[in-house]
Amino acid sequence: SNDAENTAAHHRNTLQFNTYSHRKQLFSVCVTLSEATEEVSLDSPERQPILSDGPSPVITPVTPVMISSRADVFDRSPDQDEDEEENRDTFDIQISVSDPEKVGDGMNAYMVYKVLTKTSLSIFSRDEVCVKRRFSDFLGLHSKLASKYMHMGYIVPPAPEKSIVGMTKVKVGKEDLSSVEFVEKRRSALERYLLRTVKHPALLKDPDVLQFLESSELPRAVSTQALSGAGILRMVNKAADAVNKMTIKMNESDAWFEEKQQQFENLDVQLRKLHASVESLVCHRKELSVNTASFAKSAAMLGNSEDHTALSRALSQLAEVEEKIDQLHQDQACADFYLISELLGDYVRLITAVKGVFDQRMKTWAKCQDAQVMLQRKREAEAKLQHANKPDKLQQAKDEIREWEGKVQQGERDFEQISKNIRREVGRFEKDRVKDFRVVIIKYLESLVHTQQQMIKYWEAFLPEAKAIA
Amino acid sequence: MTSISEDSDKEKVRSVSVDLNNDASLVIDIPDALCERDKVKFTVHTKTTLSSFQKPEFSVPRQHEEFIWLHDTIVETEEYAGLIIPPAPPKPDFEGPREKMHKLGEGESSMTKEEYAKMKQELEAEYLAVFKKTVQVHEVFLQRLSSHPIFRKDRNFQIFLEYDQDLSVRRKNAKEMFGGFFKNMVKSADEVLISGVKEVDEFFEQEKTFLLDYSSKIKDASAKAEKMTRSHKNVADDYNHISGALNSTAADNNTAFKKTISVCVLQKLEDRVASDQELKLTELLRYYTRDIQAAKDLLYRRARALADNENSNKALDKARLKGKDIAQAEENQKQCLQKFDKLSESGKKELTSFKARRVVAFRKNLIEMTELEIKHAKVRRLKQKCQKSNLKKIDPGPQNQS
Repeated sequence: SNDAENTAAHHRNTLQFNTYSHRKQLFSVCVTLSEATEEVSLDSPERQPILSDGPSPVITPVTPVMISSRADVFDRSPDQDEDEEENRDTFDIQISVSDPEKVGDGMNAYMVYKVLTKTSLSIFSRDEVCVKRRFSDFLGLHSKLASKYMHMGYIVPPAPEKSIVGMTKVKVGKEDLSSVEFVEKRRSALERYLLRTVKHPALLKDPDVLQFLESSELPRAVSTQALSGAGILRMVNKAADAVNKMTIKMNESDAWFEEKQQQFENLDVQLRKLHASVESLVCHRKELSVNTASFAKSAAMLGNSEDHTALSRALSQLAEVEEKIDQLHQDQACADFYLISELLGDYVRLITAVKGVFDQRMKTWAKCQDAQVMLQRKREAEAKLQHANKPDKLQQAKDEIREWEGKVQQGERDFEQISKNIRREVGRFEKDRVKDFRVVIIKYLESLVHTQQQMIKYWEAFLPEAKAIA
Repeated sequence: MTSISEDSDKEKVRSVSVDLNNDASLVIDIPDALCERDKVKFTVHTKTTLSSFQKPEFSVPRQHEEFIWLHDTIVETEEYAGLIIPPAPPKPDFEGPREKMHKLGEGESSMTKEEYAKMKQELEAEYLAVFKKTVQVHEVFLQRLSSHPIFRKDRNFQIFLEYDQDLSVRRKNAKEMFGGFFKNMVKSADEVLISGVKEVDEFFEQEKTFLLDYSSKIKDASAKAEKMTRSHKNVADDYNHISGALNSTAADNNTAFKKTISVCVLQKLEDRVASDQELKLTELLRYYTRDIQAAKDLLYRRARALADNENSNKALDKARLKGKDIAQAEENQKQCLQKFDKLSESGKKELTSFKARRVVAFRKNLIEMTELEIKHAKVRRLKQKCQKSNLKKIDPGPQNQS
């Protein structure tokens, strides 16, 4: 019906207006700066095949890589200025995900988002590229990056979560507020995901990332569907990993790793708790808004009923003030959510990725151990063959020993490499974490201050009305 | 056991009604109250220059039931039919804090020490707020009586104030409670009566229309205001949980993170608003919902008297027609008319002063509420600005924390 559409449109516009300012803020939130002296070295491609579709050009190691965001001109926070002064070489990249569009109908429908990249980096073919992507494209990108880099100890930013309920509503065509909110939430999450991904110096150069951002046609990532063959394989692997984790008993020689793992376990628990509390706050704040609006209406009716003129007018004014305050509550709830709650959610998922990387190191260690055991066995076999008269088998045994010696060396190198990578990644993560939270909390405090300003303004306007009752 | 004896708080506490205790000849207040388990013992303190009292200053302990007894005896006094009877104070309701205390006890094991301490603090504050409210509402009831030229002379009122033994107020037995229920049923039937009876007096016609409409509106506004303040409390509780969670997150993390997080002290931002706003706005609306009901009761009694009057006229005409019992009918008619006139006269006075009182009370409370809102918003804004600038000053810190 028209009414529902109009309301939905109004809400959408309001929501977009509300989140537009938050989006601007999020720009500067997610893309923060790395220090000048960070070294980025990519492992040479010879070791394990890089599993990706399409050609993969050779990636050369790059030294100082810095990424800064050129936030909107009129929304430049003083923080960005300070930080940029510190760094000499600055690269610029700006990514926005916008304009969700529904394509198709019924259960086969899907949302398509516009991904706009603005950059001065030379690895991109143009200054400004705009492509259309759907949610499964993002999942596909993440899946490729994870398979390429996680085993090397890189923390690959996790993609936003799937939501069957949310998507079904959208597919079915419900134009109500909750599906509008769902699409906005997803859009925002996709944007943050891309920003975090390109913030990683290695991932920025990755051909799959470049292809994702630049090429107009992208092969459909079917393996991201939950019930596809690949999906099932993923589930099986996850289960296998869990079992392995329990059975691998690693001799930790490096206290740093043990400490860090414990730290991340704690952080995980705490962030989840915090996230739950903030979600509760968002919910209650929305309730407060509804109840305030309801009271405003009731106060207006009371004002109409009141027969004392001045009091009647004052009550009507009170109703108006409460209405405005209701709007404030709504906006604040938005800020609560988009700034804090989503940030916490992102970090809970990021920490899972961090923990995954530690697990990869354990797996690498186990592999190295297995190789050593194998080598030992081969040596024993060779020793036995020394006394038998089988020159062919002896040669084979010697060959195998050489092969496994090589594998052991490789395994040790891998382990060293992943340990080194993890140290570096964790360092980067820690710094980013502090910056992210700091920026977001500052923005949040700003929103709180703004709310208070408005409240003061409204109540100060009301006070003479109250005093005028005679 | 909790008690309040803050003289300075009295001015703030006595928020709902104004123009009371202006007459020095009879000054009543409740300076102190004790809470033992479920029973609240109010200390009713009287200072008087009237000779009808035995002493110039005295105090007695009274419980809620004794207030109700006083109210009921006044309601049942025929003489006061033409007056607005001050509404009885509602029973002290500690259900909210008690529930919270229960939750606190159950959840103690799963909380950190700081969380527990903070929740306990909250609980105590809520308890105190309920306590203050109930003292205020009982005090106002007595002050309404003492400031009224007729009620203050009531014998039962005097006994209530003076008699230092237990009033031995019988708890209503089943019959009386049922009687009360029946009375209420009859009352609502009488709403129909009030609206149905033909009104000759312009003043009362207007009052009737106004009161019937206003009564439902204020009841609704009162309910909505309460819902709003409850939501506010929920938000305040959430902030407390969040600050607790933030503190534990800060506890064992890299120092830069810790500094960032611990700057963010968000609690206490919302809860003051919730309790101050509650006292001003919701108490005002709650009180006047009851007072409007008392005014309606007056109208009802008058309508009753009017109906009686008309009936007595009809009876007189019938008697005259029949030629029987004329004198009796004449006497009856005379009395009914007298009663009706008396009710109308005093009713008019009462309703007029009631309106004035209501307007003044609304004005005072709206002003005070607004001033509090502004004050608290300014405090919060200042705090938040400080936090923001502190946070900006903090250097994110060295890279690798090991």
